[in-house]
Amino acid sequence: MELLEKLSNARGPSGNEGEVREILIEAVKRDVDEFRVDTLGNLIARKKARGTRKVSAFRVMIAAHMDEVGFLITHFESNGHLRFSPVGGIDSRVLLAKVVLIGQDKIPGVIGSKPVHLTKAKDREQVVETDAMTIDIGAKSKEDAQRAAKLGDYATFATEFGEMGDGLLKGKALDDRTGCAILAEILKRDYPFELFGVFTVQEEVGLRGARVAAYAIEPHAAFALESTVCDDGPKTKDVSPVTRVGAGPAISIADGTMIADKRLVNLLIETAKTNRIPFQFKQAITGGTDAGRIHLSKTGVPSAAVSVPTRYIHSPVSLLSKKDLENTIALMVKALPGVPKAIGEQ
Amino acid sequence: MAVAKPTAHFPAFENESGKDLHPTKALIKRLVETYGPSGHEEKIRALIQDEIKGLVDTTRVDALGNLIALKKGAGAGSRKKIMLAAHMDEIGVMVTHIDEKGFLRFASLGGVMPLTLVGHRCLFANGVIGAFGRERKDATANEIEMPRVFIDVGARDAHEMPVEIGAAAGFWREFADLGNRLIAKSMDDRVGCAVLIETLRALKKSPHDLYFVFTTQEEVGTRGATTSAYGIQPDIALAVDVTDTGDTPEGLTMAVALGKGPAIKVKDSGMLAHPGLKNALVATAKENKIPYQLEVLVGGSTDARAMQMTREGVPAGVVSIPTRYVHTPSEMVDFDDAQNTIKLLVKFLSEPIKTE
Repeated sequence: MELLEKLSNARGPSGNEGEVREILIEAVKRDVDEFRVDTLGNLIARKKARGTRKVSAFRVMIAAHMDEVGFLITHFESNGHLRFSPVGGIDSRVLLAKVVLIGQDKIPGVIGSKPVHLTKAKDREQVVETDAMTIDIGAKSKEDAQRAAKLGDYATFATEFGEMGDGLLKGKALDDRTGCAILAEILKRDYPFELFGVFTVQEEVGLRGARVAAYAIEPHAAFALESTVCDDGPKTKDVSPVTRVGAGPAISIADGTMIADKRLVNLLIETAKTNRIPFQFKQAITGGTDAGRIHLSKTGVPSAAVSVPTRYIHSPVSLLSKKDLENTIALMVKALPGVPKAIGEQ
Repeated sequence: MAVAKPTAHFPAFENESGKDLHPTKALIKRLVETYGPSGHEEKIRALIQDEIKGLVDTTRVDALGNLIALKKGAGAGSRKKIMLAAHMDEIGVMVTHIDEKGFLRFASLGGVMPLTLVGHRCLFANGVIGAFGRERKDATANEIEMPRVFIDVGARDAHEMPVEIGAAAGFWREFADLGNRLIAKSMDDRVGCAVLIETLRALKKSPHDLYFVFTTQEEVGTRGATTSAYGIQPDIALAVDVTDTGDTPEGLTMAVALGKGPAIKVKDSGMLAHPGLKNALVATAKENKIPYQLEVLVGGSTDARAMQMTREGVPAGVVSIPTRYVHTPSEMVDFDDAQNTIKLLVKFLSEPIKTE
């Protein structure tokens, strides 16, 4: 929980994951045999097989991505406003009138919007695209703005992590700092196989970090830990929410990038049932995870994805349940020792 | 209340054995009537494994479920490692939600078009059959969108439900023999699988090491071919798949037609065929007086895309079987085209191959 708070407040849009990586190195370095940072910036932590019935030659990779959606500063207007490009998938409708922090110096800025007094009814029916928006950092001129921020600086939402409601957590970047926090917890325990905990980069821009990490590791099985879409708000008709907050970890049977390995899905289901851990299925074949790249690496890797249902992802603030987080850790820790057998390695 | 039980075995069609059919037609019938949406290829793989028994030297199944069968070559100097891919999977649907009244909502596995679903039936792995229905029966064809289509498996409510969330279904439709033309679901790409199996049967000997690969998950992004090609590291790769035609009323502007022979691919939206390999295929067709046509497909691609891009790149091409109404429950092929495709492949694989 403390770790998740630190991770959520840390800033790391795709390609700028350094701050998040430093926190994670500090968090896991005593629990692993070794760690390294690869060319793209993935943090790869290795744990040797342990225990009496170990299968040392069996490698399991677990990926959670460090990067979050954010922005890049692309242009300075003569009046001192900044133009920007989104990094990763962001719906422009969630941006107007939001506070962002720019660059390593955390220069505060506001994504400006026209007040309701000045808009016409017609304007209010239209979505404002990001290229029509600017960030106002309070600069008086272009030169003034350029002293505060640089071209190519990244920006993130400014939301502070906190608790709310009945056991809910709120914050930015819970997608996928949640997975990172779970993976750090998983790494505290020993397993009968060689475990590679990989904190990946650039997931939000195309699962890029996971691709090269899987190529190097050549795992025999893999999991992606994610924070996934949740739309359990009121509905007018009886159609599925993709996931529900509080109903336990969400197991993906298929998503936009992968059809999960049935043996691993069954292992997760059986483990949840045996240990009375609540679980749900992700009820949509949309989105994707690092496992989408990992499972196609080299000659193929049996892979699955487990996610914490999270409301309002890819926006300034998202919400998840502490219980779901704890149950996801419990499910993974209980299921992992069974992976070699499920895949057919004795 | 009685709980609906899945049928113990798969529902049988008339003339299930296909015993009065031409042997190749009977093989196509067995293949197209077998269940196997993307990611759920176990049954179709088992059938193909059975069909190729004794025809190959080794078989194995890789991590993604591809069936890789090797027929070793007899050649010395000109011996090449050739990968031939036909995909086993068919387009389908996957249950995402069961409502209180027992209707199923679903997501698609591959390119399923909502307009072609309504009124048709689907088959689940456990033998349960469902009908596709739609909301708002007054809607016009253009308004039939995927979220408005549902599956009805005849359950009285959500508690009397013979399938679970995550269950996958393919179309359910009988093979029809019209003489020269054949209609069935999943001709894409079971007719390709049939062509590979018959090629294996007809091929006396080849100088090359031939990897006959029956791939998985083509319809969701040529995923099986991606990993199997990496593992095989072929010198030459050929996909055998179906392609669209332009020979129907107000059809695509496309120069491929049923009955004019196998289509040798020049380009589709995912790849440019290796020109040398394409020319070698054309030369074989000409020398042996096998009818052929050249294919430029505007939308869609095949396993050749994935094979071409593996490792440091592989010369890749496609031999296509022209098919009308692709991705509907009634895909139509010409039987002569299928047989000429087999003939072309047998000739092509029997000789040394020059691709420069």
